[in-house]
Amino acid sequence: MSVDQKMDSSRRTLLFATSAVGGVAAVATAVPFVASLSPSARARAAGAPVEADISKLAPGELMTVEWRGKPVWVLRRTPEMLASLERTADKVSDPESAVPQQPPYATNAHRSINPEYMVMVGICTHLGCSPSSKVAAGAEGGMGADWAGGFFCPCHGSTFDLAGRVFKSMPAPTNLEVPPHKYLADTMLLIGDDGKA
Amino acid sequence: MTTKSQALVNWIDERFPLTSSIKGHLTEYYAPKNFNFWYFFGSLALLVLVIQIVTGIFLVMHYKPDGTLNSAGIPVAFASVEYIMREVPGGWLIRYLHSTGASAFFVVVYLHMFRGLLYGSYRKPRELIWIFGTLIFLVLMAEAFMGYLLPWGQMSFWGAQVIINLFSAIPLIGPDLALMIRGDYVIGDATLNRFFAFHVIAVPLILIGLVAAHIIALHEVGSNNPDGVEIKKKKDANGIPLDGIPFHPYYTVKDIVGVVGFLILFSAVVFFWPEGGGYFLEYNNFIPADPLTTPLHIAPVWYFTPFYSVLRAVTYPLFGIDAKFWGVVAMGASVVIIAFLPWLDRSPAKSIRYKGPIFKAALVVFIISFFILGYLGVLPPTPMRTLVAQICSVLYFAFFLLMPWYSKLDKCKPEPDRVNFK
Repeated sequence: MSVDQKMDSSRRTLLFATSAVGGVAAVATAVPFVASLSPSARARAAGAPVEADISKLAPGELMTVEWRGKPVWVLRRTPEMLASLERTADKVSDPESAVPQQPPYATNAHRSINPEYMVMVGICTHLGCSPSSKVAAGAEGGMGADWAGGFFCPCHGSTFDLAGRVFKSMPAPTNLEVPPHKYLADTMLLIGDDGKA
Repeated sequence: MTTKSQALVNWIDERFPLTSSIKGHLTEYYAPKNFNFWYFFGSLALLVLVIQIVTGIFLVMHYKPDGTLNSAGIPVAFASVEYIMREVPGGWLIRYLHSTGASAFFVVVYLHMFRGLLYGSYRKPRELIWIFGTLIFLVLMAEAFMGYLLPWGQMSFWGAQVIINLFSAIPLIGPDLALMIRGDYVIGDATLNRFFAFHVIAVPLILIGLVAAHIIALHEVGSNNPDGVEIKKKKDANGIPLDGIPFHPYYTVKDIVGVVGFLILFSAVVFFWPEGGGYFLEYNNFIPADPLTTPLHIAPVWYFTPFYSVLRAVTYPLFGIDAKFWGVVAMGASVVIIAFLPWLDRSPAKSIRYKGPIFKAALVVFIISFFILGYLGVLPPTPMRTLVAQICSVLYFAFFLLMPWYSKLDKCKPEPDRVNFK
């Protein structure tokens, strides 16, 4: 094209306009593809609450219940275990449970409805590994002699106390999550539904 | 050549650049005559890519990306891998070729990258080759990571759990992004199926495109060599570099020697040591995925461990954002920073042969840190190990970030006019 040739500016404008509209259409085409990556209706519908019979749980024992594909722990705490929470309070990063990792009814010193039964999602808040149970206090678990009992995440070494509170200077940013739950009877739990949502 | 076959070639040449492509990329592509051992790994990487694609195609014929449980209570995907190993004729061999091939790919690519570091292959005018190469490395890591989920064992599941959760550490969009990657609230069948699609279709296509771009860029500017001098500066009367020899037959024949040596080692691993002591195939991955129990010790496959160590080394929150986000940033940066080497190295000499003591020392420290990070990445963390990983991570980044200064300060020897060749 020679330099002095006159440009047909109205055709150029039309060209830009059609290209822009075409571009918008092309981008809009991506919407269903991106949308298809999000959870399907079936995946969203799953996740019904589960019942857990805790009548056979001995003091100091831990049971695991599957809820929404995640492990939910129910720990029956002995008085000694509950007492250990006072000693760990100044070593954990969020002793008052200020970060909303639990429903309001579990925002207390023992992070549970009933102090004896601790219900929490057994998934580390760092990168989602399931911590190992180190509920026994003392040196036996390999956690050192001053270990008050709690949980140890094997992936990146985060430690939690018996209320799922994360110790200071750990990779995990927050305490373990307490799922919505309620008692259907004294020893029957419903996990995933507290009748408030 | 007979006149008939010559006529056929002519017929094609009028319609497709056959002869000119063969000349341009093989028979008249002049490579420096002083290539040494380190120059095997480019062609070997190509060989491993072919092995992975061919074995992959045959594995897909029997593998089922299905996370649901079969009648025996075993996930279908896990069972289909066992089926390949035990009941498909030759299936065990194809599977071991593919799993060993993954580790071999990284061995070869790491050595290929180290070659580039040694001889300054990233320097002008080869910056784009280097950038394409870094992208290949990134895409290869994505490919390996997604492939590792498919056997649906414990390490597949929990490794993916950790890595996908890394994305949820990104402020604002993180949790939604992790949800998009998983396709469910937990890792499950949806995740397995999309990783399968990416692993067998999308990522290999990108990988092949990048490899093509890498080679086209290389053949445009010509290969570097152990002396780091440009052979195109000294040409004979016909415009052929004085220190260049045609890639074919000289280097095709040389590369066959490399291929034979590689295949001897590769076969030894495939037949006698396919699990690689738990480093190529981790023992926990012979247990079906269980969403309720994390294995006591999670380690990524060996080729990810240096970067995984960098991730774990970051334990301080910054600007009010979690440490884990900065860990992800550090890990990403530790890979991406490699792409910037062409602009970080200000040394007058390209090759290590003519670089000064500071650069050599820096390279030694860098390689040692890289190995220590790799070693720590397979071990469970302790406060002491975390401290060592933090020191090594700092050294790793210092190698790159301080390079503009120390490479300039360094006392280099003068580069020769022509390549050294005995």
